Amino acid sequence: MSNRTTNLLVPVLAVVLGLLVGAIIMWVSGYDAIAGYAALWDGIFGDLYRVGETIRQITPYILAGLAVAFAFRAGLFNIGVEGQLIVGWFAAAYVGVAVELPKVIHLPLAILAAAAAGALWGFIPGLLKAKFHVHEVIVTIMMNYIALHVVNALIEVVTGGSERTERIFPSASLRSPFLEALTDYSRLHYGIIVALIMVVVMWFILDKTTTGFELKSVGFNQHASQYAGMKVDRNIILAMVISGAFAGIGGAMEALGTFEYVSSKGGFTGIGFDGIAVALLGMNTPIGVVLGATLFGSLKYGALNMPNAANIPVEIVGIVTAIIIYFVAASYVIRLLIERAARKKEAK
Amino acid sequence: MGLLEMINFIVPSAIFYAAPLIIVALGGVFSERSGVVNIGLEGLMVVGAFTGVVFNLFFVDVFGDATAWVSLIVAIIVGMLFSLLLAVAAVSFRADQVVTGVAINLLAVAATIFLVKKLFDKGQTDTIAVNFSRIDIGWFNQIPIIGDLYWTSILAIVLAFIAWGIIYYTPFGLRLRAVGEHPAAADTMGVNVTKMRYIAVMISGAMGGLGGAIYAQSISQDFGHATITGQGFMALAALIFGKWHPLGAMGAALFFGFAQSLSIVGTSLPFFSEIPTVFLYILPYVLTILALAGFIGRASAPKANGVPYIKGNR
Repeated sequence: MSNRTTNLLVPVLAVVLGLLVGAIIMWVSGYDAIAGYAALWDGIFGDLYRVGETIRQITPYILAGLAVAFAFRAGLFNIGVEGQLIVGWFAAAYVGVAVELPKVIHLPLAILAAAAAGALWGFIPGLLKAKFHVHEVIVTIMMNYIALHVVNALIEVVTGGSERTERIFPSASLRSPFLEALTDYSRLHYGIIVALIMVVVMWFILDKTTTGFELKSVGFNQHASQYAGMKVDRNIILAMVISGAFAGIGGAMEALGTFEYVSSKGGFTGIGFDGIAVALLGMNTPIGVVLGATLFGSLKYGALNMPNAANIPVEIVGIVTAIIIYFVAASYVIRLLIERAARKKEAK
Repeated sequence: MGLLEMINFIVPSAIFYAAPLIIVALGGVFSERSGVVNIGLEGLMVVGAFTGVVFNLFFVDVFGDATAWVSLIVAIIVGMLFSLLLAVAAVSFRADQVVTGVAINLLAVAATIFLVKKLFDKGQTDTIAVNFSRIDIGWFNQIPIIGDLYWTSILAIVLAFIAWGIIYYTPFGLRLRAVGEHPAAADTMGVNVTKMRYIAVMISGAMGGLGGAIYAQSISQDFGHATITGQGFMALAALIFGKWHPLGAMGAALFFGFAQSLSIVGTSLPFFSEIPTVFLYILPYVLTILALAGFIGRASAPKANGVPYIKGNR
């Protein structure tokens, strides 16, 4: 079997295994697994409203996935997407409430602010990695918590003690009466278009520019890249900055589209961590990220229907997601099984 | 409030908050010293906290006042079993250890809340009736500063010294460190790398479960989705800030516990109430980043940390 087919089979098998284990867990805990998955399916595709909400949920997942995938391509593991997304969320909402401008200026400005905030949050681990060889995983984890607490404090400062900002001015909003009317008045907004544009941007940077070539090269082999005359330090920082910017824009989707405000958070949104799943499943390619985000975004939103329709806690989908990541990480075993199966076929 | 009074007030509370961090960080030291990165400490703590609280609630009639202690033993066992997931993936399946750790964390939160909803029909358990209490021995309570300690605080500090002894002064510890620094060399000398790493990860599972159960039964007193929110990562920070040394990890955890308790009780103290709490919240994380960057003494990980060992590969 060719390498390419094996590479495609691994994520597919991981998803199948994840859903299978999920079914077993439901069955063992005394729930009706078939009714559970039927409720999940219904929660995703049941009616136009749900389809709209599902697409809305997919939007930040695409951007979080792009952020993780982009860093991965440069050989970096950005676990800090969650924090970069939170600071982006705040920055976009702040620009949205602080000034009122014509829409053509205000909306792009708010998105840019989010991208800049996320980029700054990615810049710090990038700089430390490039200059001091500090592993980015630990720094980005720490940056997540710093983001959470700093943003909560900033919300208090900005609002004068409140836990939630005002609603953003309509001139900064991504809301779309057209898309809402189309999907039975769901919260679907223009963010999905922004996300898809960013998918193209990532593809363009990686496959059509010298910078992208250098980033990928550094991801493959730092020493060879350096020997070829590339500036490894610069590329590491750049990769983290761009990755952070994608994550920041993901936060802007929530700030300008779904919620239109930012409120103080007791814990993480989870979008950033699910972004790791999205990128892994999508094999760090732009198209793969769209597919991964579609799967995990749909699961996430569809699960909300499970408690009502089948009396099963929504957390079952969290379990399935975790198991899928686990199997993708341990893909060595899946590969081994695929190869063994292929060899048996050949022997016959 | 006088200075001595302030110290009397802050120190026991700092150690109280630090105890679970110390124990979980020690578990992390074992795992990472053997060469397995353990991002999953948070998840192990979640499992321990869940097990501790649920066992406590269900068996309080059987074990009475000893329930909290029996719960700890159960949490240790469950934590060990759960850590096998990490061990199998990271050691046998050559998985990316960081990704596996992330999966473990997501799984722990989802699975425990799933079970809480199944068992209690709501998102949170009831509050436990028997928890850990302060030491109540007449002469001990007379000692200034440490007289107000909890039993769990003492346990954490004793464990740190035991871990130090094991890692630096026993053949087992020497093998553990060898496997984490240069597995191929250790293998050549007849050390079973796979076995050592399995044992190390399971020790971290035991300690993670223990730390989680102590946290849940002394600080939060119940279990819900907001019980463990980052304490495991703070323990990870402590082990790095403590430079992968058991006593260093204890010192760092004590310091972080101090910062944590200040953010909670500080408002009632002079001077500390002036500091915005956000600075106390982010202090552990900022310090860890600075330590890693080499501003506070260089912190470097065991050489083979995070690298799966494949026999015959050079």
